[in-house]
Amino acid sequence: MESNLFHLQYAIDTFYFLVCGALVMWMAAGFAMLESGLVRAKNTTEILTKNVALFAVACTMYLICGYAIMYGGSIVLSGMGDVDVDAVLGEFAGREDGFTGGSIYSGAADFFFQVVFVATAMSIVSGAVAERMKLWAFLVFAVFMTGFIYPLEGAWTWGGKDVFGMYNLGDLGFSDFAGSGIVHMAGAAAALAGVLLLGARKGKYGPNGEIRAFPGANMPLAAIGMFILWMGWFGFNGGSVLKLGDIANAHSVAMVFLNTNAAAAGGAIAALITARLMFGKADLTMLINGALAGLVVITAEPSTPSALTAAIFGAFGGVLVVLSVVTMDKLRIDDPVGAISVHGVCGLLGLLLVPVTNSDVSFSGQIIGALTIFVWVFIASLVVWGIIKAVMGLRVSEEDEYEGVDLSECGMEAYPEFVSSK
Amino acid sequence: MKLVTAIIKPFKLDDVREALSEIGVQGVTVTEVKGFGRQKGHTELYRGAEYVVDFLPKVKVEVAIGDSLLDQVIESITKAANTGKIGDGKIFVTELEQAIRIRTGETGEEAV
Repeated sequence: MESNLFHLQYAIDTFYFLVCGALVMWMAAGFAMLESGLVRAKNTTEILTKNVALFAVACTMYLICGYAIMYGGSIVLSGMGDVDVDAVLGEFAGREDGFTGGSIYSGAADFFFQVVFVATAMSIVSGAVAERMKLWAFLVFAVFMTGFIYPLEGAWTWGGKDVFGMYNLGDLGFSDFAGSGIVHMAGAAAALAGVLLLGARKGKYGPNGEIRAFPGANMPLAAIGMFILWMGWFGFNGGSVLKLGDIANAHSVAMVFLNTNAAAAGGAIAALITARLMFGKADLTMLINGALAGLVVITAEPSTPSALTAAIFGAFGGVLVVLSVVTMDKLRIDDPVGAISVHGVCGLLGLLLVPVTNSDVSFSGQIIGALTIFVWVFIASLVVWGIIKAVMGLRVSEEDEYEGVDLSECGMEAYPEFVSSK
Repeated sequence: MKLVTAIIKPFKLDDVREALSEIGVQGVTVTEVKGFGRQKGHTELYRGAEYVVDFLPKVKVEVAIGDSLLDQVIESITKAANTGKIGDGKIFVTELEQAIRIRTGETGEEAV
């Protein structure tokens, strides 16, 4: 009888990971739509190609070596195959923390849930470098980011390993529930390194400090992208509870969904008001960034805050992201979609807010963790981007940038007109 | 024959088309264009960066007509497209040297 319960608990916890993983996978569509809406029409095909290809590269590299680096186990997932049902039942029976303790579920589900997070981190980079980077330079970087750079910092955080044998972040009181720092700030760090080596789009910044607008070509796509990301985030944060099959955890999952939603709403409202006050009009793209900023902020700790606190934390993110976008432009760091502001700046804020509602976590631990992640990813990325720049170049030619990377990188327009076959 | 080109406000297109039908004009070509006269544009904001939109959306209506219809066409378009506010547009009349109906090969006044 008891073993039947174990079967069910394994099944529900495995199923839960799979569904949440599928939701996070759906975020890839969100990023693709958001980014294609915020770039100009002549660069749409290329950014879509980047988004689809990076997802495939991330899944493959993580399968080949990333997962092994992050959590141990064999490369190419060679150990993953059958399940020994009796051994698993034995694990359940021998569990020290009992039925309501840590979850036991399929290793395949664990991989699936983890791999979609890698893809999310990588996807953050594609928006920041949009409209002027060589497609293949980006994909080469993706190989290294998803195969090595991300997995290493993931190993030091969720993997519990010492940082180059020097110190242990878990021991120092660092906590990042679903990845404000590990996924979002890390992605932004890689993006920042890329953007600094790449340079701004031609004509974006004038010689006398002018900032020229390059309006995105498709607001409906941007909006639907944001909503897709919002929905996918329920899987991102919800799945990070890591268990569904007992009363306490199921409730925790519900609180996480609730808080994730509240933070997004708070961020959206705060950004809208901030943009209205600063610019005199409601800026849809800032509203979108605000909702996402709220989501990023709460990602570090979506289970302990009250719903109202989650909304307020989200609102902090909403205000911060608008200020950050404007500041980045003032610093002449060109980020067409605000990725570094949404994921980097607000990812850091998310990490720093955790100790406010979670007393097991220390501010010093969060700062050390944030620095560890940022310094590692930023420096490693700079090196990889730098090598790519030296070997094949990062940037398309001025003429190609003018004509649009759809033509130079993909040979295909997103909105073709007046075409004829030979 | 004359080629009458009218630049009008986009929401006036239906009124102009109906008015032209009523006086017997059979064919019209319509293009979406952008432009400005004395109306000028406005400034917009995108993520905190200001930019100027000089060119306003307009619609260009072209009709090829026989000389006898010219005064009626000008009057029709003017009445239909007029709002009294700045930016109503302009009408240009050019001499049409030749016109050919592609299907039948008819030329001249029979083709318009």
